[in-house]
Amino acid sequence: MLTTIVFLPLAGALLLLLIENGDGRRDAVIRWTALGASLVVFAATLLLWSRFDPARADFQFVERHDWIPSFGVQYLVGVDGISLFLLVLTGFLTPVALLSSWESVHKKLKEFAAFVLVLESAMLGVFVSLDLFLFYVFWDAMLVPMYFLIGIWGYDRRVYAAVKFILYTAAGSVLMLVAIVGLAWMHNAITGAGYSFDLLKLYDLHLPRQYEFWFFLAFTVAFAIKVPLFPFHTWLPDAHVEAPTAGSVILAGVLLKMGTYGLLRFAFPLFPAAAAYFAPVLAVLAVVGIIYGALVAMVQPDLKKLVAYSSVSHLGFVVLGICALNVQGVQGAVYQMLNHGVSTGGLFLIVGMLSDRRHTRLIAEFGGLKAATPRLVAVFLLITLSSIGLPGLNGFVGEFLILLGAFRWDPRFAAFAASGVILSAVYMLWMFQRVNYGPVTHEENMALPDLTVRERWVIVPTVAMAIFMGVLPGIFLKPMQPSVDRLLQRVSHETVARAPRAPADDHAVAESRGAAPADVRVKN
Amino acid sequence: MSLSSITAIVPILCVTAAGIAAMLAEAFREPGERMPISGLGLVGLAGAAISAGLLWGRHATGFGVVAADTFGLFFVMILVVIGVMTMLLSPQFVAVDELPGGEYYALTLFALAGMMLMAMATDLLLIFLALEVMSLAVYVLTAIKRNSEASVEGAFKYFILGGFSSAFFLYGIAFVYGLAHSTRLDRVGSALAGESARHPILALVALGLLLVGFGFKVSAVPFHMWTPDAYEGAPTIVAGFMSTGVKAAAFAALLRVMVTAFDPLHATWLPVIWVMAAITMILGTIVGVAQANLKRMLAYSSIAHAGYVLVGLAAYNDVGRGAILFYLLAYGVTNLGAFAVIGLLATRERANDDLASIAGLSDRHPALAAVFSVLLLSLGGIPPTAGFVGKWYIFSAAVRAGDYGLAIIGVLTSVVSIFFYLRVIVMMYMAEPGDAPASNEPSRAAVFTLAATLVATFYLGILPTRILELAARSISSLF
Repeated sequence: MLTTIVFLPLAGALLLLLIENGDGRRDAVIRWTALGASLVVFAATLLLWSRFDPARADFQFVERHDWIPSFGVQYLVGVDGISLFLLVLTGFLTPVALLSSWESVHKKLKEFAAFVLVLESAMLGVFVSLDLFLFYVFWDAMLVPMYFLIGIWGYDRRVYAAVKFILYTAAGSVLMLVAIVGLAWMHNAITGAGYSFDLLKLYDLHLPRQYEFWFFLAFTVAFAIKVPLFPFHTWLPDAHVEAPTAGSVILAGVLLKMGTYGLLRFAFPLFPAAAAYFAPVLAVLAVVGIIYGALVAMVQPDLKKLVAYSSVSHLGFVVLGICALNVQGVQGAVYQMLNHGVSTGGLFLIVGMLSDRRHTRLIAEFGGLKAATPRLVAVFLLITLSSIGLPGLNGFVGEFLILLGAFRWDPRFAAFAASGVILSAVYMLWMFQRVNYGPVTHEENMALPDLTVRERWVIVPTVAMAIFMGVLPGIFLKPMQPSVDRLLQRVSHETVARAPRAPADDHAVAESRGAAPADVRVKN
Repeated sequence: MSLSSITAIVPILCVTAAGIAAMLAEAFREPGERMPISGLGLVGLAGAAISAGLLWGRHATGFGVVAADTFGLFFVMILVVIGVMTMLLSPQFVAVDELPGGEYYALTLFALAGMMLMAMATDLLLIFLALEVMSLAVYVLTAIKRNSEASVEGAFKYFILGGFSSAFFLYGIAFVYGLAHSTRLDRVGSALAGESARHPILALVALGLLLVGFGFKVSAVPFHMWTPDAYEGAPTIVAGFMSTGVKAAAFAALLRVMVTAFDPLHATWLPVIWVMAAITMILGTIVGVAQANLKRMLAYSSIAHAGYVLVGLAAYNDVGRGAILFYLLAYGVTNLGAFAVIGLLATRERANDDLASIAGLSDRHPALAAVFSVLLLSLGGIPPTAGFVGKWYIFSAAVRAGDYGLAIIGVLTSVVSIFFYLRVIVMMYMAEPGDAPASNEPSRAAVFTLAATLVATFYLGILPTRILELAARSISSLF
């Protein structure tokens, strides 16, 4: 099941390459094939959700094959409540991204669609991998299609942004590679059971303190760059601004989540003592990022840059929630990851629509759009409010849970972070006001067309999702709960304080994971 | 001289016979008659591959100085792969550059025979002999474009420095003989185990001189100076052949000498290898960033790759030795393929080997640009390609040895190298084409070779298990 989902987009990409495109005569065929493939993948992720057992905390749909047996490398995939929705989000945003570039991409359309699908495969692969080697392969492989998407189809400074993107990310991740190899070797040194990249086995490894700290830092830097956590964020505005709309949507919607997902899935549970030790530091950086991102967003003259910096701010909330290491914080963080994908993805879609119409993204070039394009402004408003976190829309649930979790951990963090909520209202509403209200300052804006049929298909599902997630968060939070609980059993501020971990604690972990036959073998 | 001694060298004999046949074919060729001489080479290499396969696991030895062990045969296989690729690609280059066909193929085959002998020799003098067979052929190949100044200059530089390094090497052998009263690696090893305590200085001098010789051939810093000039001046396909074949053969001999003869002294020379590995990786990548000529860029990249292989030696464990074997295969396939792409862009009038001339290549030759991109990404170590698995294997060895420092230098230089590989991709895909230089259509054999290279790059990157295990098993014969 999971293998099929992960490699379906890749198959779609290969299919696209078989289509002979004589000077754009088959553009329509290519567009529909790519969209069809991505919709099939989305349907498959929904099917996965429907078959997912929300009561279980362990990994489901596990597939395990030997890959490079002499080094203990396996093809091991599975999903739990945390990764499930990220898969669905990826499945949801890819067709949206493809549709958003329906008309704006003409140059090398076939390659464009193929890269988007390859990227989707790699992203899905990252979220399902339970073997660190496999994870790293997907993690790094993802850079290449994104690099091409920014570099070929981006805006003016696209090459600079693309190279910066790939170098920043690669520099972070190679140190993680060393840590991954070190971890596999430590598994052999400590247990004598050979090398292993198996996440489930490595969870149970008790590393010497010194190794644990260094490995944690190597993993965390890789993820912090991806998130991006202040002060590792400087690649993000460039990449976001220069990327084509589809690239920005995927970048903001899914790629950034890989950093926070990595913290949750790998860095924190693999190295619980180091995680608890460094959590306050990360939380400080997260809070700085929240406020800094918001302040910088406020003064941006460029719509896309504004949204890009708002991402720094929003992702700061997610990291803060993770660092709180309690149920509310982590659940809020996961939920906020999904929210951010929907609302920031939506914002980039709208910015893309405006920029397609006016070929500029400067806020000063707009103004009074409400009169010209009422429908566009209506969805714009909803997405803006969802990004701010208005109750009833999705953003509220996540931010509220995170602040609750942070408050339970350390009220100071919550106090500072809460100011970010206010600031986000300031910069978003101010931007919205300058773009949509007031007098029409530029004549050409009067003649702008309203939403086309295609654009409705792009934006309406996104808005619907924002409302749906705001009104019925339980649908998403409930299947997450067991997995989050299990994660917190492994790592939390309280358990780590009692280091070395009490045997009873380990017993509880083993019991809660009893359902997975693979895990039982690991415990022996 | 027994028959079993002969069987051990059959792979080398096959290639040598093909080389002689190529020479004769050229001599008896009517002027203007076209002859598929590269086909002779392919037959010889096929013979080498088959005989190597038959010899596998039999531990045949010849004359006490050649060992057809799994280690040597694995390298024979790598060299066969490199040789076959060269033979398939060459006809087009020979035709475009109007190279003397018979001599070209004969020299290439003799060089291959020398390389194979180097990988299988277990006696220092024979290693020297093999090294000279290989080197002399390659010196001439570098200069085979007689009317090109760059070619002659590069060859001259290569020849002078190569002559020096050979002298160092030979001098080193003399010291070893003085210490151990033998040049056979196993006897040197046992002699050094006891003897070196009595003559530590002599042993160190011998070791140092030999390392200079090897360092030159694998183009490790600080013995790398000749590399960029030689590669830039040589016909592109020869540069590809040199950067892969010579390197593989030299590393085979280096590994065998260090692990069998100088194992007793490993505590002494490992730090030297460590430093060489580190500066080779760092200098190769950093200077590579500044190159505007593709062949010079690949030359510096090949220096950096020599550094990665040295990491495998510095780790000094089984993982590292297996990694060296796998890495040289992965690197050989991708690097030769990359040189081939550059060569295919050249015309008789223009070399087209600077960054600017490949601007917009993706519009003119989409397939060529795509293949080149994959090969460059593999050299940069991006999964899922052969280069990634190779680097992962190498760095695993360093981590296994507890040497996180070298592993970290390695991965960080990899990132820097990605920067200059990407620059090429940027030019091909994201730059506007300038005065689109004309280039030839690749021949069918070249298309086939590049397609096979592409498949191999992904095969080694996605399903490396069989080759990895083969490499890991092959090194067991070293002890």
